[in-house]
Amino acid sequence: MNSIKRILGIVWIVSGPLAIYYLIKTGIGEINKKHDIDTMIQWGVFIIVFIPIAIGIIIFGYYSLKGEYDGNGKN
Amino acid sequence: MANSSTKGISKIILASSLGTLIEWYDFYIFGSLATVIASQFFPKTNPTAALLSTLATFAVGFIVRPFGALVFGRLGDLIGRKYTFLLTLIIMGCSTFAIGLVPGYESIGFVAPLLIVLLRLLQGLALGGEYGGAATYVAEHAPHNRKGYYTSWIQTTATLGLFVSLGVILLTRHLLDADLAKSIAKFNDWGWRIPFLVSIILVIISIYIRLRMQESPLFAKLKTEGMTSVNPLKESFAHKFNLKIVLLALFGATMGQGVIWYTGQFYAQSFIENVCKIDFDQSRTILIWAILFATPFFIVFGSWSDRVGRKWIMIAGMLLAVVSYRFLFGQLLDAADTKNRVELTDRKEVKTTLTPIAKTNSSLRTVVTSSFFEDGMIVSETKKDTVREDPSPSKSSTRISKILGTSSYWKMVLIVFVMIIYVTMVYGPIAAFLVELFPTKIRYTSMSLPYHIGNGIFGGLTPFFATLLTTIYVNDKLVGLTYPIIIATICLVIGILYLSNKTDKSLTD
Repeated sequence: MNSIKRILGIVWIVSGPLAIYYLIKTGIGEINKKHDIDTMIQWGVFIIVFIPIAIGIIIFGYYSLKGEYDGNGKN
Repeated sequence: MANSSTKGISKIILASSLGTLIEWYDFYIFGSLATVIASQFFPKTNPTAALLSTLATFAVGFIVRPFGALVFGRLGDLIGRKYTFLLTLIIMGCSTFAIGLVPGYESIGFVAPLLIVLLRLLQGLALGGEYGGAATYVAEHAPHNRKGYYTSWIQTTATLGLFVSLGVILLTRHLLDADLAKSIAKFNDWGWRIPFLVSIILVIISIYIRLRMQESPLFAKLKTEGMTSVNPLKESFAHKFNLKIVLLALFGATMGQGVIWYTGQFYAQSFIENVCKIDFDQSRTILIWAILFATPFFIVFGSWSDRVGRKWIMIAGMLLAVVSYRFLFGQLLDAADTKNRVELTDRKEVKTTLTPIAKTNSSLRTVVTSSFFEDGMIVSETKKDTVREDPSPSKSSTRISKILGTSSYWKMVLIVFVMIIYVTMVYGPIAAFLVELFPTKIRYTSMSLPYHIGNGIFGGLTPFFATLLTTIYVNDKLVGLTYPIIIATICLVIGILYLSNKTDKSLTD
């Protein structure tokens, strides 16, 4: 179980930058498709809000990789 | 405390739950009346007003709630739970009442939408601080082995707040005139203010009750001993030991709980109204019945979690949601589909009305075609276009609205009921789960943030991403479910592997 959690740590670390990349890519695509202030604000807010969350999952992955959660989830 | 009498704890639950329920009610009436409010305060013809409308919607859901969690969480850990969640109630009550008093855009111009945005921001801020306070306060009073049961009363308030808001809006919409059409017109004109204004009576009662409450015994003890936190934000998020628990609470519990909460209630109602094309009133009463039948299960699962632990009940709720959402929403589509129904063609009605448009030679033509089906379903197709003297083309719009027959109506109630049961499984035990994760001196701050990121951001985004997906993949009406399914699946995996099923029965640090 602990080794699975450590391996998954790498997945969570990678998923952070990937999520930011896809969010920005989709946001730019949507803004280009519908060039109005509403769309820009919506995507601007999402990107600003999601960047700290993505950083959070990277930190979570790092802790997981380092074994900080070893022993959790046994029962 | 452990030895609190049942009578004492009942009063504490009533005082905490009533205030929290009112706060949810206040928050939801704005969302439920968004269209009416937009027409009064945010005219689309004015770009600045439209911009403020977008800000009111997005800023509150995604930024202000977690920010409120930090501001009031910190305050709750510094000065105490009682005065902090009294303050959030006052802020919420006053801003809701004030929304009901703000003159429309027609009367005071830009000041009107600006005031609405500011008041909406205050609502979001207050909501961000309320929940953590109420859950912490109840848990810190509850007997050691009954925290799941007692905090589950707080968990009913979000759903009951939605229930009360839907009920008050429907009643007000119907009671302003004996003629329903006139009643709806009056509601859209000024009657929408009533649900905001009546809130103040409930808030005053709740403030009175809360003023008579005592501070949480665990916090009071900490304060007497001089052991309260000096900097709760730093201790919660800058210390590795707590930060890793905050992250685990977010990614292993509240993130999945948030999307399941929003999918089972908000997205289900929006799907029934906008995709299945069910009539305004029916789409809301379906949700009202489902909520009414499912709400006791918050208590059932909260109580059960005291015996079997919190983890596996929440995990089971997420798992069931992930594997069955597409089937259940498919059944909703099926219940509204006319293909397999027998139409009573002899009863078909077509009504055409022409309304002259002032200062022009044109008229607005409305053609309503009503089709009747054997099982009682009525489908109305309303086409509107402009009839001009010259043959120039005019824009036309078509709207379909279905009224379900009895069996399909109750089938939809049953399906939404099942989805709300999933909500009760993930949401019923979560307050006890969160309060048990953190020490008393930073509990309010630490539990509030993951809760409001999970609910406000991951959950609040559900309607947006679901709609976005349906505009990209137009052929699949269920594609909107991809977002909650993916988020809940990730949360499920993290929950299974990383969460512990142990409960900290004494809440000792």
